[in-house]
Amino acid sequence: MTSPLAAFAEEVGGVDAGPVTCRGGGTQWHLGGAASASARKVTAPRGVVGHQPEEMIVRVRAGTTISELHEATSSKGQLVAIEADLPDQATVGGVLACGRSGIRRLGRGPLRDCVLEVTAVSAAGRLVRSGAPLVKNVTGYDLCRLVVGSYGTLAFVAEVVLRCLPTPQTERWFYSRGADPFDVRSRIYRPLSVLWDGEGTWVGLAGYEVDVADQAASVLGGFAEVDGPPPVPAAGTGIRLSLPASELRKLSRAPSASTLPGSGWLAEIGVGVVHCDQAAGDALSAGGFVTTGEPVRPSVALRDLHRRIKDNFDPSGRMNPGRSPLAEPVASGSGPELRNVDEPALRISR
Amino acid sequence: MTVGALIADLRCAIGADRVRADPFEMTLYDRDASTMRGSCAAVCLPASTAEVSAVLRTCRSHDWPFVARGSGTGLAGGAVPSGPKPPVVVVTTRMNRVLDVDVDNRLAWVEPGVINLDLSRAVAEHGLFFAPDPSSQQSCSVGGNVANNSGGPHCLLYGVTNAHIAALDVVLADGELVRLGGLDAEPDGLDLRGCFVGSEGTMGIATRICVRLTEKPRSVSTLLADFTDMGNAARAVSAVISAGIVPAALEMMDKTIIGVVEAYVQAGLPTDAEALLLVELDGLQGGVRVESAAVSAVLSGHGARSVRVAADDTERAVWWKARKSAFGAVARIAPNYYLHDCVVPRSVLVDVLGEVNAIARAEGLLVGNVFHAGDGNLHPLIVFDRREPGVEAKVHEAGRRIIEACVRAGGSLSGEHGIGLEKRDAMSLVFTEADMAAQKCLRDAFDPEGRCNPDKVLPSGTAGCGELASVPAGAWI
Repeated sequence: MTSPLAAFAEEVGGVDAGPVTCRGGGTQWHLGGAASASARKVTAPRGVVGHQPEEMIVRVRAGTTISELHEATSSKGQLVAIEADLPDQATVGGVLACGRSGIRRLGRGPLRDCVLEVTAVSAAGRLVRSGAPLVKNVTGYDLCRLVVGSYGTLAFVAEVVLRCLPTPQTERWFYSRGADPFDVRSRIYRPLSVLWDGEGTWVGLAGYEVDVADQAASVLGGFAEVDGPPPVPAAGTGIRLSLPASELRKLSRAPSASTLPGSGWLAEIGVGVVHCDQAAGDALSAGGFVTTGEPVRPSVALRDLHRRIKDNFDPSGRMNPGRSPLAEPVASGSGPELRNVDEPALRISR
Repeated sequence: MTVGALIADLRCAIGADRVRADPFEMTLYDRDASTMRGSCAAVCLPASTAEVSAVLRTCRSHDWPFVARGSGTGLAGGAVPSGPKPPVVVVTTRMNRVLDVDVDNRLAWVEPGVINLDLSRAVAEHGLFFAPDPSSQQSCSVGGNVANNSGGPHCLLYGVTNAHIAALDVVLADGELVRLGGLDAEPDGLDLRGCFVGSEGTMGIATRICVRLTEKPRSVSTLLADFTDMGNAARAVSAVISAGIVPAALEMMDKTIIGVVEAYVQAGLPTDAEALLLVELDGLQGGVRVESAAVSAVLSGHGARSVRVAADDTERAVWWKARKSAFGAVARIAPNYYLHDCVVPRSVLVDVLGEVNAIARAEGLLVGNVFHAGDGNLHPLIVFDRREPGVEAKVHEAGRRIIEACVRAGGSLSGEHGIGLEKRDAMSLVFTEADMAAQKCLRDAFDPEGRCNPDKVLPSGTAGCGELASVPAGAWI
């Protein structure tokens, strides 16, 4: 009997099988450029292969939904640091291909850090494995990092081994209108998440009950406990801005939720991601608080590097045509080069 | 092109005092901390990104290979100049400035030659530290940590180097400068920063590194448990993890190591124990207290003869000194050692340790074990005297068999030292040709001419992408 992975590789086929696109739950289908409509559509195999709590790993096929994954590990007291706005539809492979971390990144780290092993189908239709089902490993080049956020343009993820964490004893959320989120962030110890919409601040704490209660009492004086984090503005279809974390301070002068027509914006303090709906994105951009229209153009050297990687992995350009991990097309144009000088690249800011 | 012309051009590029070609001086740079030696064409000591770029452009115009080198503490031969053409060694020790500390964003820009421990010391006043802490942290460089994706005891909780690098300014093999990663949360494009970390110097030379700094824990508890049975100690490791606790560090030492370390450090370790576990828990006070009690109960339940808790920072520092000076202390037994680095699933630690000891016995060698038990990262340490005829062959044979035993047990070749030259030819034990060809696709994209630390990581003759694509589909599935 053919294994599900081998069957998937066969379905993707080799170079003569033509352009092919891999679709998960389609919850972030609007990202990474428009997929070519003429490419043949394939779907990765589904199912949790096995969870080994004593090794803190779970092996799961790429087509498995995020809900199914969480269900498999939570019964054994563990979790995987993968989040999705629509967990019943979003798949593990799709979330990894888009590479976007969830709102608990501040405490749990970025999405890419939880991938220990990847088995993917190459452009030649072969199963290729990288990494190992071990929590620590530096054997060979790290293709796990390469495929996370690659929008399936290099290979299609078929199966992964993910790092599990013990489920904390408690996770509690607190809200205050008017608190300074940056001050809170600097005083609270390793929070799970600090979110801010220009008016209110939400703080998520996870860990031992005694610690969370202690932190809440000592740092979150004016906060009230709430059920959980606020909804992400325009979840699934919104705009996401990426800034250095301290740049978020500029947003204190920006229009906030109550003055905007839609659901506004929500910033991840200490991380630098701002989730917005279209109206908020336009308002922040027009006010000069952030740049949304023109992404920073990657240097020529960086674009060349992306092009060589794409050419080496997929010489015929058959994997997910139309999509690109670079916001700007890899092929043409020129951006400002990094200069070959030894200036500190960053100023001291304390 | 001759070596003489190359050296002359290198001297033109960065100044005569920055280029060494004296045969004696070059022997200082033809090795790392392993037992391997190579040979080099010249040694360059650039002091800036511009000088690194000038060196690599010169190498390119002569079609000459090069190897980056930090402090030379690597154990897998990653910085040993090797290959048919003796490479130019590019030493980063003169690039040793902490350029900037950004406390608000908890980032710091450093040059690659900054010593790991110096970085943590430089940011300590802000309540921050650089989490990767290899045992060589007093001498290894941050650039070397990036190249090897280094670990260390506390990586059990904090993650290896890759989790602590935000951005890298890298000079590619053609001399071009490129920034990988970025200071914002989600930089555009592929995670080439993540691919570069751990690429063992085969993708270019990082000349500016933006590291993420970690907030110091508010509370720390360190436990020392001694066992009269190695198996019980190994089972206790799995039991701690299964109890839902991830300690900051969970280290093991066997009897051989306890003996030499105690003689060297006088830390009050019980020399009659078969194994010691050093467990560190950190975080907030309440949780640390809960975990400390829980771990103590698990250890006692698995046959620990005693469980001590460090009374203060002084006692904690002594225990860690004992752990981290183990490799130096073995010089009391014999002048040479070969330190291995394999990872296995925690659940098979007992079996694999037994096998490692049996292999050493069969070869008539002495092996000590001091390692990161919490993440299954074994460090069998074979102690020998190179002057003894035939001993090196036995050491290598034992090493080969240890690697095979680890792979058979579901393990991997390296947890933190890297592949380098040492394990290059063992890669086929864990990867297929198709797997390695995909890895070569990535490497070749960074270094199309194959001049950047040649001979390392992938076995010679590894097929490239183009070559593999011509093979019928399914051949290696």
